[in-house]
Amino acid sequence: MATVDRREFLKNSLVIGAGLICLPTEVQAGPKNILSPDRMGVLVDTTVCIGCRNCEWACKTAHDLPTGPLESYQDRSVFEKMRRPDDHALTVVNRYDNPKDPDAPYTVKVQCMHCDHPACVSVCIVGAFSKQEDGAVVWDTDKCIGCRYCMVACPFQVPAFEYRTALKPDIVKCDFCSARRKDGKLPACVEICPVEALTYGPREELVRVARDRTKRYPQRYVNHLFGEYEVGGTGWLYLAGVDFSALQFPKVGDNPAPGISESIQHGIFAYFVPPVALYALLGALMRISKDWPENGGEE
Amino acid sequence: MNHFTKPTPIQKKFLTPGVIVLILLALNGLAFLAARFFFGIGAVTNLNNQYPWGIWIGIDVAGGVALAAGGFTTAALGHVINRKEYHAVVRPALLTAMLGYTFVAIGVTIDIGRWYYIWHPIVFWNGTSALFEVGICVTIYATVLYIEFLPIVTERFIGHVALPGPLSRVDGLVDQALRGLERGLSRVMFVFIIAGVVLSTLHQSSLGTLMVIAGPKMHPLWQTPILPFLFLLSAISVGFPMVIFESMLASRSFGMKPEMELLSKLGAMTAPLLGIYLAFKMGDMFIRETFVYLTVLNTQSVMFMLEILLGVVVPLRMFLSRGVLKSPPLLFTAASLTVLGVLLNRINNFVVAYTPPYSFGSYFPSLGEVSVTVGFICILVLAYRAAVMIFPVISLPDRTLSPRARYTVRG
Repeated sequence: MATVDRREFLKNSLVIGAGLICLPTEVQAGPKNILSPDRMGVLVDTTVCIGCRNCEWACKTAHDLPTGPLESYQDRSVFEKMRRPDDHALTVVNRYDNPKDPDAPYTVKVQCMHCDHPACVSVCIVGAFSKQEDGAVVWDTDKCIGCRYCMVACPFQVPAFEYRTALKPDIVKCDFCSARRKDGKLPACVEICPVEALTYGPREELVRVARDRTKRYPQRYVNHLFGEYEVGGTGWLYLAGVDFSALQFPKVGDNPAPGISESIQHGIFAYFVPPVALYALLGALMRISKDWPENGGEE
Repeated sequence: MNHFTKPTPIQKKFLTPGVIVLILLALNGLAFLAARFFFGIGAVTNLNNQYPWGIWIGIDVAGGVALAAGGFTTAALGHVINRKEYHAVVRPALLTAMLGYTFVAIGVTIDIGRWYYIWHPIVFWNGTSALFEVGICVTIYATVLYIEFLPIVTERFIGHVALPGPLSRVDGLVDQALRGLERGLSRVMFVFIIAGVVLSTLHQSSLGTLMVIAGPKMHPLWQTPILPFLFLLSAISVGFPMVIFESMLASRSFGMKPEMELLSKLGAMTAPLLGIYLAFKMGDMFIRETFVYLTVLNTQSVMFMLEILLGVVVPLRMFLSRGVLKSPPLLFTAASLTVLGVLLNRINNFVVAYTPPYSFGSYFPSLGEVSVTVGFICILVLAYRAAVMIFPVISLPDRTLSPRARYTVRG
């Protein structure tokens, strides 16, 4: 240490400073995320849903997940417990009491909301998640390392993990039937729904349809389209006859989930200026402090 | 300094009854770890889709990074502001940091589902991810720590190169190479020392950013936008207590007198650092009015009180007392409480505070998780013991050094 003179110190510091500045100043995002104005979505009308669970069967069939025959889904005893999507089911239907009519309980389909500003896309360490032009938030098995940060971050607690798989566990969630839709087919759940509780279409149009319904049937609906503004907007939108908290929707607020943490992140790394400035400051301190009397001045 | 000390390899027996216990605990952990690789993470841990992160992240990774902070705080003290009298504690702290970060990396690798893709973040970048930032910084910093340790390795072997068998013919060459390496390193080492401090401030704080995005899933007692700042402050304030803690443990284990003169000075410096941390923690609590959650008796409120009272307030008061700074057992208690407090804080942030909206029960670590964590800590202690016996890390009084002899400590 003591052998470094001032000239050499400055020279080396300059070289290192230049090296740091030459690093890519704007870290390129791995996947290309597109928020297309024509992105598609689904409007879920929970006042229409009859809880037949055909969507659960169709989803499993479309995604090659093990499933019993369609008839076995008529078993309504599963409603006694709240269920969540997991690595065996990308969507599940839950039942909730209807305070207006006890004989007609509400049933609510749960799956990935396909956020416009997804937390999973923001946090994924390798950028394995991306928001597609068609509105789907999809996961890339070739990149994923299985860290499960997406599960920690997701405000709707949707991504699941294959905890029992030793070698190549997947992150599992609804992919909005991205592959089917590329072939011009409807999402499997939308296609099979016998009562048209699910409406597939451009998100903007779905918002208009939903507004129209709440205006025409004010007794039937609460005046709230869940997903229009929540976490900055979601691809899947929900209409309901009771307050959404009674249907166990999470209280998430209207700000996009990645907002605060991304601004902290960009604040610390504003074009690498703060780290480089700190480096220069410490370098100067190191040089100056050598001559401080309490450090013995010149060695 | 009125006496001269020199880092020297410790010459003691490696195996003692305590060491055998550590080895057994380590083997137990490795057995559970093997099960994780053959049957999946779910077979060994209590993790599930509701609670994706447990103590392997809370203790092994977050706790490990925080408690390795002694490395950069002593480097800043000893090398950046050139307080040479503290050089005696720089090497042990550097070794702790180096081993600590190695085990953080191993901890991450076993916790991720696809451990063989651990290198992916180097290739696939995502600049918006706090975890990406932590991952890259930790990788670079671990490399820097190994480079900072190199001079200790060259010092150990220069003049002592004795390769076995026919290789002994190149002893001279290897010696020359080591000398060349040492010369080169001593010229550029300041670059790495400053880089180490910068990288540490970056990832210590980004580790706090990690949980911010969990939003309302995190209990309000801990969820705050200044979490990265609190993480940095707590890491800085736990640096010296960690040095005191391990230095006194090592002294005791090797039957040496603790370096009280140096350690009590470090203790005195800890008080203002802990004070600043406590001030921000309390200020944050009052601005966000989260003290209302302390009126409810539950796991979260109890753990928060433990973390603050036992882990910050009590040691802060102790470090302010002259009597404590002079007394080895009391100084050790104060340092241990600070270490415990920061460890509790990391566990609280990553595990206790995580309260997802949909859950079918709460998370408590399984026997397998605890075994692996305990096993890793034991292996780390064993590696430390082995390292200080092989390399000149711990400073011992040296009678061969006259006051005129040149006193240099590299690293």
